[in-house]
Amino acid sequence: MLTKGTVIKYGDNVDTDVIIPARYLNTSDEKELASHCMEDIDKTFVTRVKPGDIMVAGTNFGCGSSREHAPLAIKTSGIACVVAKSFARIFYRNAINIGLPIIECDTDAIDEGDTLEIDFDKGELKNLTKNTTSTFAPFPPFLQDIIKAGGLLKSIGGQK
Amino acid sequence: MGMTMTQKILAAHCGEKHVEAGQIIQANIDLVLGNDITTPVAINEFNKSGCSCVYDQNKVVFVMDHFTPNKDIKAAEQSKQIRDFAKDKGIVNCFDVGEMGVEHALLPERGMVICGDLVIGADSHTCTYGALGAFSTGVGSTDMAAGMATGKVWLKVPSAIKFNLTGQLNKNVYGKDVILHILGLIGVDGALYKSMEFAGDGVASLSISDRLCIANMAIECGAKNGIFPVDEKTLEYVRARSNREPVVYEADPDAVYERVIDIDLSTVKQTVAFPHLPENARTFDDIPDIPIDQVVIGSCTNGRLEDLVIAADILRGKKVAKGVRCIVIPATQKIYLDAMEMGLLRDFVEAGCAVSTPTCGPCLGGHMGVLAKGERCVATTNRNFVGRMGHPESEVYLASPAVAAASALAGKIAPAE
Ligand code: SF4
Repeated sequence: MLTKGTVIKYGDNVDTDVIIPARYLNTSDEKELASHCMEDIDKTFVTRVKPGDIMVAGTNFGCGSSREHAPLAIKTSGIACVVAKSFARIFYRNAINIGLPIIECDTDAIDEGDTLEIDFDKGELKNLTKNTTSTFAPFPPFLQDIIKAGGLLKSIGGQK
Repeated sequence: MGMTMTQKILAAHCGEKHVEAGQIIQANIDLVLGNDITTPVAINEFNKSGCSCVYDQNKVVFVMDHFTPNKDIKAAEQSKQIRDFAKDKGIVNCFDVGEMGVEHALLPERGMVICGDLVIGADSHTCTYGALGAFSTGVGSTDMAAGMATGKVWLKVPSAIKFNLTGQLNKNVYGKDVILHILGLIGVDGALYKSMEFAGDGVASLSISDRLCIANMAIECGAKNGIFPVDEKTLEYVRARSNREPVVYEADPDAVYERVIDIDLSTVKQTVAFPHLPENARTFDDIPDIPIDQVVIGSCTNGRLEDLVIAADILRGKKVAKGVRCIVIPATQKIYLDAMEMGLLRDFVEAGCAVSTPTCGPCLGGHMGVLAKGERCVATTNRNFVGRMGHPESEVYLASPAVAAASALAGKIAPAE
């Protein structure tokens, strides 16, 4: 799997309350959730995000509540992949379970507006703007199976 | 190589003699929990999966606590969806308005979680039950749906940090101060993906209420779970509430920890976490005069009877400062009733507090105390992120019920004397 897109960059500890504020959790409608994505730290996100863009952040991305509405809002807004130095654990598993690709690697040298090309199978991230390449560890096989099946519930379908 | 307490519970729940940090396991679940925000998403996923029934009608719990009593039409529709699903699938434990409480106060109180259990909940503070020697962790709605369908969850076995507690807490210092102190030490990602295992002589002096409060905020350190050893206090607590036989797991003497942190409880001071991260812990040596607009005493962190007693002892016979709105929310119906019988509700109302039926309400900026732009609140809750309690430019200061009550009287952030 290969993806190429423009970077939208945030800092450390981006929490699920800013990804999708609780005041909008009275719905589970994906489009409505996406229309409020990131608005408490970045009002312009929803107007400037384009399908295929890549969200890049620092440490502990997605900390806070377990709301799956957060990765869902990001995915529905068009973001193709989230790259961060580290993810909060519930966000990490939610993203895998709903099929939002995420990558853990150093992001210091990536800036807003850079163009990235990511090869998930090879575990390779190319910054086309800066002409650099870095590598990341691919998911363990069990998690790859979930992703390949298209999410957790599809992957357990065969077991029951 | 020895196993930690967490690893032992996980091994027992996946039928292995031994598990190691980093290993991915499929574990059997004793209880699956969801609330009125996360359950609708889980139901949608469950229905898509083509499953027709849940794995065990007694082991799925729904608690309507976040936006209930329904704050608006959309919230009402979500609650209704859960109610209908529970009825359709024959789910025994669906706690609705009138019998519910904030989920993580309710489940221990009703004996639904005991020592040795493995619990997942589509709510990040599911880690609370580690106080009772259970493995419990927060997951997402899809995990909840899969758990309801199969009774299993995939887990990566965590490594652990050991917190070696010694000494005893001083007067006016509580479990909340301990966990805020720890957050100040290790930060909001200080225990990312790991277990926080509490140990040492100091544990015995902590009440179950303090332990529940500390384990509750393990997630604020990024942890997968927080867990306390089982002692006489734990057994007495669970035996009074459950007929099931508790299973006690202990860490092996040669268990491996990534790090051991010593904490002398007698050195912990009254602590407040400043906006906008729970790790911004400060003691009163370092807190200027900060006027406040609101105080919230409640939540799964500090809405238990012990917390209300602490607050009422400070507020009794006094008046909340003019211009401060003090909102008190007993976390469950039973706590509400006990507080009524003990005369605490009268103390609160006479002091000028608003007392509410159990709800998460203001904790997540839902209802019952949403903040306006620029307003400041001292809350006994667990998160002070940007916009957590309302306007993105409002501020939340996290504190114990003692500091919250003292602040309500002073009209500014103040220590309990
Ligand atoms: S009281 Fe707050 S932290 Fe606890 S379950 Fe409710 S919303 Fe979550």
